[in-house]
Amino acid sequence: MAAKRSMDELRERVVLGEFGVRNVHTTDFPGNYPGYDDAWDQRRFEEAFRVDVVREEDGVLEFDMVGIDAAIANAFRRILLAEVPTMAVEKVFVYNNTSIVQDEILAHRLGLIPIRADPRLFEYRNQGDEEGTEIDTLQFQLKIKCSRNPQAAKESSDPNELYFNHKVYSKHMTWVPLGNQTDLFPDADFRPVHDDILIALLRPGQEIDVLMHCVKGIGKDHAKFSPVATASYRLLPDITLLQPVEDEAAETLQKCFSPGVIEIQNIKGKKVARVANARLDTFSREVFRHEGLKNLVRLARVRNHYISAKVWLARSTASGKMRGKCWSHLQAEAAQWQC
Amino acid sequence: MAESGERKAALEMVQADGTDGNCVTFVLHDEDHTLGNSLRYMVMKNPDVEFCGYCITHPSESKINFRIQTRGSLPAVEPFRKGLNDLMGVCQHVLDTFEVRLLPEELRSFLDQERQRTFDAESLIAFSGILCLTLV
Repeated sequence: MAAKRSMDELRERVVLGEFGVRNVHTTDFPGNYPGYDDAWDQRRFEEAFRVDVVREEDGVLEFDMVGIDAAIANAFRRILLAEVPTMAVEKVFVYNNTSIVQDEILAHRLGLIPIRADPRLFEYRNQGDEEGTEIDTLQFQLKIKCSRNPQAAKESSDPNELYFNHKVYSKHMTWVPLGNQTDLFPDADFRPVHDDILIALLRPGQEIDVLMHCVKGIGKDHAKFSPVATASYRLLPDITLLQPVEDEAAETLQKCFSPGVIEIQNIKGKKVARVANARLDTFSREVFRHEGLKNLVRLARVRNHYISAKVWLARSTASGKMRGKCWSHLQAEAAQWQC
Repeated sequence: MAESGERKAALEMVQADGTDGNCVTFVLHDEDHTLGNSLRYMVMKNPDVEFCGYCITHPSESKINFRIQTRGSLPAVEPFRKGLNDLMGVCQHVLDTFEVRLLPEELRSFLDQERQRTFDAESLIAFSGILCLTLV
């Protein structure tokens, strides 16, 4: 029984010891464990697998994937970062730039601005095509001139009072439809995701007049095309108390973990510690610094339970990108290798 | 993909002389850990495979050497193909499960999109599966 329990622990838990992490690698392959059938079984996988969406807000998606291995979960994370396409500014035609921001710096900053446009509506631009057509290009214009405010008080030194348009924000970028784009996208609202990205500062007499072409690209090519600010995951923490912890030790134990992880219950007048919500813990491993406590707790992570947090740059089709592109991308990659 | 162009020899098979097809190194061009590690996991789950591993030959080159050695006399291409199919199955299932978890209005817009795409067997099954779940 003890042998089976330790084998289960090997298979299902990543254990955090005092000086290192044990059982990191996946070992449940056929032949490694006598008595276990580890061959791939789609039906068994489908029964065990589930997805729970914890939080889906404007710009953040947090969900749990249970029953999947690190290799696949990591592949999804890599695809989200590098291979899900978005639209971003690629070519900047500078008609007039008398600001102190150099042309190339301005162009670089414009490229990094996230654009709210569904990349599935556009095609990739053909290699070598300099002009761009209406099916692969989105055009924006930024035309702004700073002028002095004649109404300002004489002694004022506040630029907001003295000048008009001295701060160039992303909200000043306007969509210029190409070709038949007005008919193709009659109710589309192509603009930067955030209105308040400061692009440049101007003073009276300075002007920026540029035309921008957005194309469809992927993060592998340039990070500006990555749809996520970040895509990360962590394994579900699993904290077990090996022996009952009482009184002062319980108080110390509670302080060793993140707030909310350990709760103290009053049982027959004695304070007893109990693991309330291991999920909240960030595993600082403070408990190993206390001689009396370090052998009473086992810190581990559940090997196939992934808590994924994805922070999006583009609000449009946030979860749509996820579902449409991410999973099917890995599938498509696998498919293209089929002989 | 963004770089569409002539792709020469996306996949090569390298076999040592004297062996009979059950240990083969596949050279996959334009690939990295994304496909390498996930495919390695799926192929290792196959009980007929004695050895499976991959490496990136040099970080400046985007290609991987993917080696499979099988038990007995099974040709190495078989577990390779099975691994790819299993990987597609996993992705399809994850996609379906994820779809079902979304909010109703997202689901509606997804169904509209699905109707416009051409149906193949898999998406048809997924579509009807989701339809059943919404009716339940």
